[in-house]
Amino acid sequence: MLGLVEQERASVQQQSKLARFELSVVPHMGAAYNLARWLTRNDHDAEDVVQEAHLRAYRFFDGFHGGDGRTWLLAIVRNTCYTWLQQNRKPTLELEEEIPELDSGRSNPEALLLRSVDSEMLRQALDDLPVEFREAIVLRELEGLSYKEIGAIAGVPLGTVMSRLARARSRLQKALRGNARQGGAT
Amino acid sequence: MSCDDAQMLLDAYVDGELDLVRGIEIEKHMEGCQACARSVENLRALGSAMRSGGLYYQPPASLGPRLEKAMQRAGRSERRPTRFGWQIIALAASLLLAVYVVARMNPGIPHDASNNLVAQETLDSHLRSLMPGHLTDVQSTDQHTVKPWFNGKLDYSPPVTDFAPQGFPLTGGRLDSLSGRAVAVLVYQRRQHLINVYVWPAPGSADASVGESVRQGYNLLHWTRAAMNWWVVSDLNLDELKGFTNLLRAAPASAPAAP
Repeated sequence: MLGLVEQERASVQQQSKLARFELSVVPHMGAAYNLARWLTRNDHDAEDVVQEAHLRAYRFFDGFHGGDGRTWLLAIVRNTCYTWLQQNRKPTLELEEEIPELDSGRSNPEALLLRSVDSEMLRQALDDLPVEFREAIVLRELEGLSYKEIGAIAGVPLGTVMSRLARARSRLQKALRGNARQGGAT
Repeated sequence: MSCDDAQMLLDAYVDGELDLVRGIEIEKHMEGCQACARSVENLRALGSAMRSGGLYYQPPASLGPRLEKAMQRAGRSERRPTRFGWQIIALAASLLLAVYVVARMNPGIPHDASNNLVAQETLDSHLRSLMPGHLTDVQSTDQHTVKPWFNGKLDYSPPVTDFAPQGFPLTGGRLDSLSGRAVAVLVYQRRQHLINVYVWPAPGSADASVGESVRQGYNLLHWTRAAMNWWVVSDLNLDELKGFTNLLRAAPASAPAAP
């Protein structure tokens, strides 16, 4: 009977931790899934990664001192994804210094083209980006995070966030231009 | 600003991450530079295409329930002690009950024995808190930050006062658990010595004057006042710790709200 009392106490403590966790972390499950899905490029893997990340987050939750639960969770999701990528696939670590082509934008209709780009085409172009660029642009454009938050999640300085975003965008524009040209030729 | 310099900053400009001065420089530059103006237009177009393209992946409806299940499993296994652990807990619990029963049956016996248990628990908690990263959940020297931090985490609001002017600065607070209940811990500092102050409600308890004890080289002081239990633990010398205790006891039961 005493064991039961203790069990109850332990479970009450447990519940209060769970309740706090549910309040500050679980609401960001959608953001976690979106990021995991973009990084793993696969539905099932994304779900597994999100579950694993939540379990890790719960384990480390005592070290979460308030603040932004979304950034905190996304950093864990990101790390879980990278571990997963290392274990399951050859990570696309193309980080060669490629000077982005300074397209002068002489073709004025380009903005129009970009604006009307087919979302399937855009999705494909994003999927083809190296994972570091992909995570930066997804966090920026889809999650609306600041450079500082992205830097905190990816564990890189602001300058790196800035150059990754610039290169991601330059590659995207190039890919979409290429697609459009192909589309026009056929 | 040269065109090369501007090109480097266009992404940050479009993202609203440039400070005002550099943002204005970029705008000035674009007035005279068609190429950069078009690049910005392209970046904006790309951004709006990404945000409006239905690219955000929504989790399947099954993910929420799946997570909940996994969390509950993890939660149970995290706290589940080993069989040996259960025996210890059962022993401690029966001891606690025995002490309680004896104390109840014979009011002549003071609560020393049960205080002993609390003392040991408090000391264990104090020692745990000295391990790296365990001391504070909220780090602040401002009582108006520390006090509201406890809101929603406890079913009571602990009195929080900073004694920096008296040489005992408040450095933060945390949640801890004693005898199975969540308690507020206020952390103070005296030179290099840390002082943990545990406060929790003692409904219906009469006021008790300060009791003191020494365990494993640490001083422990405790009292009950205004239906609150107070325990103070530190390796600070007893005289100074008593001085600090007097400050705590003289402070208003509830610190005034932030102006």
